[in-house]
Amino acid sequence: MSEDDDQFEELAVEVLPLDAWHRARGGRMVEFAGYHMPVQYEGIIAEHLWTRGNAGLFDVSHMGQLELSGEGLDAAVEALLPIDLSTLKLGMQRYSLLLDETGGVLDDLMVSRWPESLYVVVNGATKWDDLAHLREYLPDEITLNHLDDRALLALQGPEAFAALDRHASGEYPLSALTFMRFGRFELGGAEVSISRSGYTGEDGFEISLPAEAATRIADLLCGEPEVKPIGLGARDSLRLEAGLPLYGHDLGPDTSPVEAGLTFAINKRRRSAGGFLGADRVLRELADGAQRKWVGLTLEGRQAAREGAAVLAGDQKVGVLTSGGFSPSLESPIAAAYVATAQSAPGTALEIEVRGKRLAATVTPLPFVPHRYHR
Amino acid sequence: MPLYYTQDHEWIDVEGDTGTVGITDYAQSQLGDITFVELPDAGSSVKKGDAPCVVDSVKAASDAYAPVSGTVTEANAALEGEPELVNTDPEQGGWLFRLTLADAGELDGLMDRAAYDEYVAGL
Repeated sequence: MSEDDDQFEELAVEVLPLDAWHRARGGRMVEFAGYHMPVQYEGIIAEHLWTRGNAGLFDVSHMGQLELSGEGLDAAVEALLPIDLSTLKLGMQRYSLLLDETGGVLDDLMVSRWPESLYVVVNGATKWDDLAHLREYLPDEITLNHLDDRALLALQGPEAFAALDRHASGEYPLSALTFMRFGRFELGGAEVSISRSGYTGEDGFEISLPAEAATRIADLLCGEPEVKPIGLGARDSLRLEAGLPLYGHDLGPDTSPVEAGLTFAINKRRRSAGGFLGADRVLRELADGAQRKWVGLTLEGRQAAREGAAVLAGDQKVGVLTSGGFSPSLESPIAAAYVATAQSAPGTALEIEVRGKRLAATVTPLPFVPHRYHR
Repeated sequence: MPLYYTQDHEWIDVEGDTGTVGITDYAQSQLGDITFVELPDAGSSVKKGDAPCVVDSVKAASDAYAPVSGTVTEANAALEGEPELVNTDPEQGGWLFRLTLADAGELDGLMDRAAYDEYVAGL
């Protein structure tokens, strides 16, 4: 093998622990975030509705699982994230943002308090950039451990608890976990970390497990009558109905947390005190408002509009779609867009340009489908 | 009623100078759940290779091309209320539109079923 071949190998699409498992179950594999991932099994609409009515198992092992530890950990992390770690107690998980110097969003992520460390889950497509950013900005005392020997599964839907509760055991029952809490459990003979969270708007769990146990645990969970494997296609339609932004589409270096409506992720103490990367812009926009806002749009008719489509008020372009598609639950097209703040009030009538046509759309409060978290 | 197929996965069923156009079962299986079909108006003229139809699936919007040139005589009205017919019955009830052929000679460049099956097997 020549050196050129080695370089080619490095760029090749990577294989996740459940690759063969997905293929055996009829998963149609696509390249996503540098990995082969299942986009669907039986069909996106069927999988979407199954998750809303029962429970769906999602393989999200492409996401980055990081563990941060060391002297002065909280202060070091607070210098980067707009999170208040003084209120993040053991067993709690919180949504936060990785911001750049200008307040643009580098990633959105989950932070959990482990006994001696912080556990962070970041997006798959951004994990390598995140690692570089964290290594650059965190002091040498902080150890950054990429837990790349772990898989990540999400079990989502109203029956997720019933299915998982038959197999998870630990110091306390699974029912002790409420939304955004986590704990250590034993599942299928493996030590796992389970949080009550997800990306569908439903009650559900995210399970961090050793990669070697992934096939066994996926089989175990899909052996339950409530559970079917669900692909990336339904993951996307579920999260859009739930009004949850997708990094790289709805969020990016060009968007700020205030524009994106993610001010809840700027914890209270940090709003006044600042002191995190990008705080200048974030605090200014918190005080003065942003020029544009991320909003939901409900379309008339059946034709969907997609990312990149222009949003119009009369002859004026007032925004651009960042997500769009058909909502299986509502049986109508929905979208999300950044629009000028003046046009962002719920009920505002706008138009979306699709292939030279204009589709009527109305600004709609998010989420499109109510969240059903177990609080 | 000879059936012809394109490399873009449309079929055309020709009877006299009338052709009925749809997408193949392979095409619908690749598109996934179809949620909307934009159809051409009767009376509009299409040229071979034009895209008079847009097939919207949950994943993406895709063009369906005219296999030959002609004048559209009818679109499949059933698809307005039931676009999923393209998934469930792509090569019969899920047809897209009918047209009057402008030049039957254009059919010569299309594939028959055996050639199309071989083409799909090689994808």
